[in-house]
Amino acid sequence: MTDLPVTTEVGQGAAAQERPALGPWARALRKLVADRAAMGALGLFVLIVLACLAAPLYATYVANTDPFTSNIDGTTMVDGQSVALIEPSTEGLGLGSVPLGPTWDIRNYFLGADAQGRDVASRLLYGGRNSLLIAGTSTILCLVLAALTGLIAGFFGGMIDIVISRLLDVLWAFPIYLLAISLSIVLITKGFDIGPISITSGSLELPIFIIGIVYVPYVARPIRGQVLALKESEFVLAAIGLGVPSYRILFRDILPNVMTTLIVFVPLMVAINMLTESALSFLSIGVQPPDASWGTIIQDGQDLIYTRPMVAIAPGIAIVLSVLALNILGDGVRDALDPRAKLRFR
Amino acid sequence: MTRTTWLMGAVAAAGLMAASLQPAAAQDHRGGIMRLLSQSAGGSLDPKINYTLQYWTMYQYVYDGLVTFKHAAGSEGFTIVPDLAEEMPTPQDGGKTYVFKIRKGIKFADGRELTVKDVVASFQRIFKVSTPTAGSFYNGIVGADACLKTPATCTLDGGVVADEAANTVTIHLVAPDAEFFDKLAVPHGVILPADTPAKDMGSTPIVGTGAYMFAAYDPNKQLKAVRNPYFKEWSKDAQPDGYPDEVHYDFGLTQEAQITAIENGQADWTLDQPPPDRLAEIGSKYKSQVHINTLTAMWYAPMNVNIPPFNNIKARQAVNFAIDRNATVKLFGGKVLAQPACQVLPPGFPGYEPYCPYTKNPGTKWTAPDLAKARELVKESGTAGQKVTIIVQDLTVDRSIGTYLQSVLKAIGYDASVKALSQNIQFTYIQNTNNKVQISVSQWYQDYPAASDFLNVLLGCGTFHPGSDNSPNIAGFCDKDIQAKMDAALALGVTDPAAANKQWAVIDKLTTDQSPVAVLFTPKYIDFLSKRVKNYVFNAQYYWQHTASWIQ
Repeated sequence: MTDLPVTTEVGQGAAAQERPALGPWARALRKLVADRAAMGALGLFVLIVLACLAAPLYATYVANTDPFTSNIDGTTMVDGQSVALIEPSTEGLGLGSVPLGPTWDIRNYFLGADAQGRDVASRLLYGGRNSLLIAGTSTILCLVLAALTGLIAGFFGGMIDIVISRLLDVLWAFPIYLLAISLSIVLITKGFDIGPISITSGSLELPIFIIGIVYVPYVARPIRGQVLALKESEFVLAAIGLGVPSYRILFRDILPNVMTTLIVFVPLMVAINMLTESALSFLSIGVQPPDASWGTIIQDGQDLIYTRPMVAIAPGIAIVLSVLALNILGDGVRDALDPRAKLRFR
Repeated sequence: MTRTTWLMGAVAAAGLMAASLQPAAAQDHRGGIMRLLSQSAGGSLDPKINYTLQYWTMYQYVYDGLVTFKHAAGSEGFTIVPDLAEEMPTPQDGGKTYVFKIRKGIKFADGRELTVKDVVASFQRIFKVSTPTAGSFYNGIVGADACLKTPATCTLDGGVVADEAANTVTIHLVAPDAEFFDKLAVPHGVILPADTPAKDMGSTPIVGTGAYMFAAYDPNKQLKAVRNPYFKEWSKDAQPDGYPDEVHYDFGLTQEAQITAIENGQADWTLDQPPPDRLAEIGSKYKSQVHINTLTAMWYAPMNVNIPPFNNIKARQAVNFAIDRNATVKLFGGKVLAQPACQVLPPGFPGYEPYCPYTKNPGTKWTAPDLAKARELVKESGTAGQKVTIIVQDLTVDRSIGTYLQSVLKAIGYDASVKALSQNIQFTYIQNTNNKVQISVSQWYQDYPAASDFLNVLLGCGTFHPGSDNSPNIAGFCDKDIQAKMDAALALGVTDPAAANKQWAVIDKLTTDQSPVAVLFTPKYIDFLSKRVKNYVFNAQYYWQHTASWIQ
């Protein structure tokens, strides 16, 4: 029995000697793949994404419905009987009306109808597409802008650093939601039109742009800090000493070294941006009707919370699952790429 | 004593007893705090500034004008009665001069007695503080032109003249105005102390002569009214004494929370209409506490007649034909809460004659949408495929109706989208032509019961102000022939109101045919009261009379 570990160790050592050494990215990927929680979260998130991508297929071929057209006087068959999608109240004074509740039949108003008589399940999938699209695209925009500002401020220092850093401080000094809401209210009526950048009001680009902008300081500041440290490292000093142009040092020597930080931010920012998008849409300053996002569906459901709670609960669950999956995945990515985090948690 | 005389005597005695008991019973109900709720405050408390039904209802028991709308139930509330004036003056000089004899002994809530100087100063203040209706309601007073140009130095010289010895105020008009008493009776015409600062007093209460006075106002928290210690009832019709000792108007609760508070007896009433998911509940479990009344109002979709696609009459008519009014009624809360409509004047209003050309089988009543006809009209107009944006308020029902309209426009061939704006900005946004709003969803509630308050205000040339946030003619509709008919009807109303109303009925049909707006429905109003509120009185002009009800 005592020989076994020794044998195993010798065997492993021999195998390691035979294989070429793994690069840092491959090592990180191997660690990530070995993280069961992270892989489970990734699987769940991929499932959600695939389901949302399949929204047109579901609406057209399974549910046979148009989730963007009002169907207030419509009817459907439930248990062989024709029922109204919006049923007027017959009790007491006959006030109000109630939409069809969940049928739990995947082909027919699975999660019921909303106040416009539209299929909630189809809208949930379409809404997910918009929520994920906005969260994903605004994350890319945010990370690109943050990387650029962080790299330039940290590397060039001096006046450039002071100006950029103070601008980021001013932006970050605003409460994020207050800033996002203010921008949305201003831009939602007129759109955005400065120089070559033109975004029409009511388009999906608007929430992408707003959300992408407001979180730039959150990412840019740690990037700048990292660049400040890297700037003093020997390989950068050597490059400067050899007369390598600044842009080459920035993009060939420094950027690859901050890339891990940016990658760690990806799932976390997607989760944060998804929540921000939902909040803005819930306040009617994000995705505009009849387009859907999980936030707008929750808003629709808010008015039915006493009678048809599923309209609000379903997108709520979708948001919770997506954000949870992204956060767990984000932790896994950080553990895989950031050795200090590993030391901290294990 | 014969049997007959005994009976007569007994009846007389019972009558006397009842008469003597009546005030005692009423006296028993005096007291308590009436608790009202609203999601948000109504803005400035200054009665010359505020233009919301929310506070106009309260001003009825805090302020008085020379004349006022009768504090009575139902449409009797449209009757104008003398208030601070002793009697309704007889028009002189062909309807251009009115002499008001001011009552004596009426005191403001700070103890000072009302004088003719207060009356003159109050009319000057309309212009000095730029009351929202200064240019539309009071511009006919002699001297108003100068006041509108330079408000700070407004004197209304020759327009409003006081005679201290006779205790009269004479008002001279530039031209006869059939609606002059209506305009005096609304809160912008109330009388305030002469030394009231000539600026918007905002959250600072101004004393009045009514049965109550405002004691404190915090727009984020509460508006509190208490009894006016100097009040003595001079006219039950104009300013009756109230039952509760205090009225507290609390702000900040959501619509859902407000309904729950009333159900639990923690509040007595809410200004805001119940959210759709609570309607069935209050209509069944609390039906004895629900009062539903038809309003002289309309929900409508103004279409901008000056920009594509609705600068084409066929496109506008197509929208009118395509809208399923029953669907909009359903979104509003069902048939109990609204009635489909397709003409501008609401039912029961002066000049109203049922008319509906935009339905299958056109006639006097809307029956069903005519999508085929609508599609045909869009095709004929050559506007199919154009982009149309519907601007709605960010409120439950408005958003729902906007979404529904988007579906309708899409169904008849437009590339339609909806934009929901905060309720704080939507109404001014859709009025301003610079924003190029094509179609929107809006509501109009009467200021006073006159056909012109709908037709001339919403569709008259005089209320269309391009580039301004204050342009109630949202459609930008200005038809010279129809305007001439409106002017003629206004003039006719001075001498023959009945004939004028017939003329307004014709104008209503003509404007409806031109289709500058798509009228959706006539709304009803739900008053959901707590169990303890009794003696509910609904006044057609100002709705539920808070202080006419008792709570103990």
